[in-house]
Amino acid sequence: MDVLTSFERLSDEEKYEHFMKRIEAGEKIEADDWMPEEYRQTLIKLISMHGISEIMGALPEKEWVPKAPTLRRKLGIMAKVQDEMGHGQLLLRVAEDLMKPYGRNREDIMQDLFTGRLKFHNVFHMPAPTWGDAGLIGWLVDGAAIMTQTNMLKASYGPYARALQRICAEEVFHAQHGEAIIMALAEGTEEQKALIQDSLNRWWDSLLMFFGPASADTTGSSKQDITVKYKIRSKTNEQLRQDFFSKYVPRILSLGLEIPDETMHYDKENETWVYQQPDWNEFKNIVKNNGPKSKDRLDLRKNAYDQNAWVRKALSPDNQAI
Amino acid sequence: MKTVEEAKQDASYKSALTELLYQLADDDFIVAYRGSEWLGLAPHIEEDVAFSSISQDTMGHATMFYQLLEELGEGDADHLAHGRTPAERKNAIILEEVNGPGHYLKEPRYDWAFAVVRHYFYTLAKKIRMESVKQSSYEPLQHVAVKVNMELYYHHMHWKTWFMQLTGTQGEARERMLTAVETVLEDFGGVLTLGPKEDEITKHGLIEGEEFQRKRWLQEIKPIFESLNIEMPKALGMKRGNGRAGEHTEDLDSAIDTLTEVYRQDPAATW
Ligand SMILES: [Fe+2]
Ligand SMILES: [Fe+2]
Repeated sequence: MDVLTSFERLSDEEKYEHFMKRIEAGEKIEADDWMPEEYRQTLIKLISMHGISEIMGALPEKEWVPKAPTLRRKLGIMAKVQDEMGHGQLLLRVAEDLMKPYGRNREDIMQDLFTGRLKFHNVFHMPAPTWGDAGLIGWLVDGAAIMTQTNMLKASYGPYARALQRICAEEVFHAQHGEAIIMALAEGTEEQKALIQDSLNRWWDSLLMFFGPASADTTGSSKQDITVKYKIRSKTNEQLRQDFFSKYVPRILSLGLEIPDETMHYDKENETWVYQQPDWNEFKNIVKNNGPKSKDRLDLRKNAYDQNAWVRKALSPDNQAI
Repeated sequence: MKTVEEAKQDASYKSALTELLYQLADDDFIVAYRGSEWLGLAPHIEEDVAFSSISQDTMGHATMFYQLLEELGEGDADHLAHGRTPAERKNAIILEEVNGPGHYLKEPRYDWAFAVVRHYFYTLAKKIRMESVKQSSYEPLQHVAVKVNMELYYHHMHWKTWFMQLTGTQGEARERMLTAVETVLEDFGGVLTLGPKEDEITKHGLIEGEEFQRKRWLQEIKPIFESLNIEMPKALGMKRGNGRAGEHTEDLDSAIDTLTEVYRQDPAATW
């Protein structure tokens, strides 16, 4: 027995070495390939969180689907929420393949969401009380999502990288849709203009939090080192946040809006944006489903899940047809 | 066959044509809204994707019909969709009915059986109407019908599959489906009617008459009902009134309130 055990161990190390060589050479890992446990676990966590966030992310915009003020905007936001659901579906399938060796499936993902074991992005715990928010979500939340997702386009895990290719292509339309809403409001009446500043003030901290803490010191845990090691992502949270500022701060200012942070400025010498840190304790609290809308949105999904129990039962293979 | 210009010059023709277009546009507008309320609440994620795609297509069809009205000088399409009172709407009452108790953002207790039956029956009726207006005397409507039909093919397949699958089981699912069938049929005559101006509409060759449409609908549903052991309906009712005549329920008032909430803040503004 001992011999066999040590042999297995040795073999795993060899496998690990071989695996690391493959990803360092830029090769893609596929679902059926051998992979280290840490890699699999990290991917499952990352991709199921990403997938479920796409799905929960459709809910803040759902409110605005019927309320969109013109037929064109109605069609635009309907197309967007449909895409988001599609992203969720695509990603959950990737996650499900990874979970197979553990005998876990979609049902477990949904249960983990309901119990709070599986978290979703901080932004989707927040309220979106005005039409300005519908525009701002598309413009800046999807804009931020494009940055984090582009950062993983070359991910070492092939199925995830391919899903992201498709997702990123669609996200570009979402950002354009959001920007078009914001531009129309910016060129509109005083009331319309006020909507955007109000939304920006409401969403600023959430947008900063979206990229995650700069390091584990901030919140006690961060997966970014592992994901960099396994070539799932390349840039760190802080680099992404800085990229976001470089892209959007000038655009925000050019619309005549104010950044709700008086300390915000670009430090030329250090080539970094200096900004007020959001409350990272609040962040931890929000993603633990204690955000202002966490419970409502989870209830909505849970409620639908319960309401449709009879449908799942009818569709299950052991249900007899007449 | 008539073009936009020819239709505008013939008052009697135009009045019949706009009547029909309001019915088509308002039906799709309200049923697309009811569909969109389901977002995130469907039985599984795959269905959420499919259903939201159908609702989006359907809102697109409503938009095309409102644009036909705009071309005829009825006013801006956005105004037609958002600026008309419930009493001015021509949609069938069964399409305005709520999805179930609760609100789309708060404790919705929506009934999937009702959704499947309503959408299946409606899609079948719409398919029959679109087939018919492919032969319409109004040329622009023919073109729209061709586009609508391409998407409708998939919608019909989709709802038919759900209908067959859930009704074809035993136990709770079948019970729920049969109850929904009964509920929908009580008001389904409202979808298949052309309303008080039927004679004018058919006289001008815009679409086939309601007697014909009803027959076609029953003819198509018959083999489905038979294969599932459901009794054929004795009547297609209009229990709560005729939407084509402007009769509506409170469900439409609150739907229009929601659909126009932002628009009403400033109807003159560019959004
Ligand atoms: Fe997305
Ligand atoms: Fe998006």
